[in-house]
Amino acid sequence: MTAQPFHRAQADMLGERPPPPRTVGTIGWMRANLFSNWFNTGLTLVSLYLLWLIVPGVLDWAFFTADFAGEDRFACTSSGACWAWVDQRIKLFLYGFYPIDQIWRVNLALILLAPALAPLLFDKMPGARYLRWFSLAYPIIATFLLIGGLGLEKVPTSKFGGFMLNITIGLAGIVLSLPFGIMLALGRRSKLPIMRIFSVAFIEILRGVPLITLLFVAAILLPIFLPEGFSLDLVVRVIVVVTAFSSAYMAEVIRGGLQGIPQGQYEAAQAMGLKYWQMMGLIILPQALKISIPGIVNTFIGLFKDTTLVIVIGLFDILNIGNSMVSNPKWLGLSTEAYVFISLFFFLVCFSMSRYSALLEKRLDTTNG
Amino acid sequence: MSAAETPPARGKGEPIIEITGLNKWFGSFHVLRDINLSVGRQERIVICGPSGSGKSTLIRCINRLEEHQEGTIIVDGVELTHDLKNIDAVRREVGIVFQQFNLFPHLTALENCMIGPTWVRKMPKKDAEQLAMEYLERVKIPEQAHKYPGQLSGGQQQRVAIARALCMRPNIMLFDEPTSALDPEMIKEVLDVMVDLAETGMTMLVVSHEMAFAAQVADQMIFMDAGQIIEQNTPDEFFNNPQSDRTKLFLSQILEH
Ligand SMILES: Nc1ncnc2c1ncn2[C@@H]1O[C@H](COP(=O)(O)OP(=O)(O)OP(=O)(O)O)[C@@H](O)[C@H]1O
Ligand SMILES: [Mg+2]
Repeated sequence: MTAQPFHRAQADMLGERPPPPRTVGTIGWMRANLFSNWFNTGLTLVSLYLLWLIVPGVLDWAFFTADFAGEDRFACTSSGACWAWVDQRIKLFLYGFYPIDQIWRVNLALILLAPALAPLLFDKMPGARYLRWFSLAYPIIATFLLIGGLGLEKVPTSKFGGFMLNITIGLAGIVLSLPFGIMLALGRRSKLPIMRIFSVAFIEILRGVPLITLLFVAAILLPIFLPEGFSLDLVVRVIVVVTAFSSAYMAEVIRGGLQGIPQGQYEAAQAMGLKYWQMMGLIILPQALKISIPGIVNTFIGLFKDTTLVIVIGLFDILNIGNSMVSNPKWLGLSTEAYVFISLFFFLVCFSMSRYSALLEKRLDTTNG
Repeated sequence: MSAAETPPARGKGEPIIEITGLNKWFGSFHVLRDINLSVGRQERIVICGPSGSGKSTLIRCINRLEEHQEGTIIVDGVELTHDLKNIDAVRREVGIVFQQFNLFPHLTALENCMIGPTWVRKMPKKDAEQLAMEYLERVKIPEQAHKYPGQLSGGQQQRVAIARALCMRPNIMLFDEPTSALDPEMIKEVLDVMVDLAETGMTMLVVSHEMAFAAQVADQMIFMDAGQIIEQNTPDEFFNNPQSDRTKLFLSQILEH
C-alpha cells in the first residue's frame, strides 16, 4: 500500500474531454434495470412467469386458432376467436351510416388532421409558422368535409356513427374544453366577484352531476328550452354538454397549475408593465399549462372514452354498433371479439395522447439540456 | 469604514421620487409609519435595517407592487393612485430587481430581456433583440443569451434579471436585496454590475446589507426599523458617526462578520 500524499499542487489544468458513453449494452442495461438487487430480480422473475402464462394463450386465441373468414358465426369452427364479421362490418364500425360513396370525406378529414397537429407537436419543424394557420382553420375545414354544403353533398349528423362519431365528439370536446377550462380557471381566481361566482357555480354544478344526466338534458331538455323555431343538431348538443362537462374538470386541473406559479412571477411581469392578458398569456399560462400537462391529458383521455356514453341517448357510436352486432342472430355471442376490437381503437388513440404528452413534457423541460 | 471621497452632490432641487406622509398597513399591522423621503435625479440610496422593518414594502410601494393607504408617492411627476394609467406610466419608468431573481423559467435569458421591450414598448422584434443583447453584454453574459434560467448560476441569473429591468430603459432602478440569495463568490459579480450602473448616473434605491458596496456608491444611507426611517445620512457620517442607538446596534451586528 502506498501512502497517499496529504498535500499536492497540480501543475497543469486538466483538459476537457467528452463524457463516457452512456449505453453499456443489453446485458449492462438488464443488470442495472432488471436484476439490480434480490427484490428487483424477484419482480422480474414473477413478471416473466405471468407473461408466460398469459401471452401464449392470448396469441393463440386471437391469431393461431382463430377464424378469419365466413358468412356468419357458424362458419367459425375452431376454438379461438371468430373474426369473420370484421370484413363485413368494418365500415359500420368505423363510419356508422355515413354514405359509402362519401366516406372519402371522413378519411380526408382524418388525413388532414396530421398536418394540422404537426406544428403543435413539433414546433421546430420548417414551415411550422405557416402550418399553424392551417391548424387554426382545421376545425372549419373538417366540419365542412363532414357535413358538406357549398357543392358537397350534405350529410345529416344523424348518419354519423361508429368510431368516426367518437372521434368527432372527442376531438371537438378536446379542442373546445381547453380554452373554456382556462377561462373558468382564471375566472375562479379573478378579483371580480361576478366572474368568480359564475366560474365557481359553473364548475361545481357541472362536476357535481353525472355526464349521463347531462346527455339526457342535451337530448331531451335542451330542445324544450331553446327558443321557438330554433333547433340545434343533436350531435352539436352532445358536443356542447361534453365540452361543458370537461371544461369544469379542466378548469380545476389548470387552477392547480396556476397555484404552482410563485407570486414572484406575477410581480416581475407586473413590474415590467405587462397588462393582465399579456402577463397571463406570455408568462403565467405557459408555465401553468406546462405543469398541468399530465392532468390535462388525463382529462382528454377521460373525455374521449366518455364519448361511448352517447349510447344512452341512442346515438350509434362504435360501442353501440358493436352491441347491436352482438345481438344479431348471425353473430350472436361474439361479444368478447367485438369488445376487444373496440377497446383496441380506444387504446390506440389514448395511448398516443399519453405518449404525446410525455414527449411534450420532455420538450418543454427547460432545466437541463 | 473607508472614507470614500464624498461623491459629487446630485439631483439637488429636482426630486424624481417624492414620498410624503406614507403609511401602510397589512391588515391591522402598521408596516410603514409616516415615511417621508425625497430622492433626487441620479441619486443613489442604500436602505438597510433589521428583518421585518419594512424595507421591501417601502420600495415595492414605489412601483405599486404594494398599495399604500395614506400619504402620497410621486414618481417623476406622476402620482400613484388607483388610476391604472398612472400605475402603468410609473412601471414603465421604474425597474426592479428581486432577491429571488424572478426570471421567467420558460424563456431564455434573451427572451426574458426581450419581453418588456416587445410587449410594453411595442418595439419590433429585431430591435428588441438587439437591445437585449446590448444589455446582456453590459452585465457581461452575452454568451449565456440562449440558455434558460435553470441552466445558469445564481449570479448569472441575477445579472440577467438586471439586464431585463434595464431593457425597459427605466429612469429609476429598485433593488431588493439583490445579493442575499447568492453564494459569496457570486456576490461580487452582481455588485460589480451595480457599481457600473451607478456610474452611468442611474437613480438607484438599493435594499442591501453589503456595507462595502454601500460605502462605495451610496449618496445617502437610510436605516429603517419598525416601519420607520430612523436615520438618514451620507455614508461617511452614517458609518463613522451614527446618531441613534438602534443604528449603532445594527451596524455593530452587521459589521461583526
Ligand atoms: N403581504 C403581506 N401580508 C402581511 N404581512 C406582510 C406582508 N408582506 C410583509 N408583511 C410583514 O410586513 C413586515 C415588513 O415586511 P418587509 O418584507 O417589508 O420587511 P423587510 O424589511 O424587507 O425584511 P427582510 O429583511 O426580511 O426582507 C414584516 O413583519 C412582514 O411579516
Ligand atoms: Mg425584504
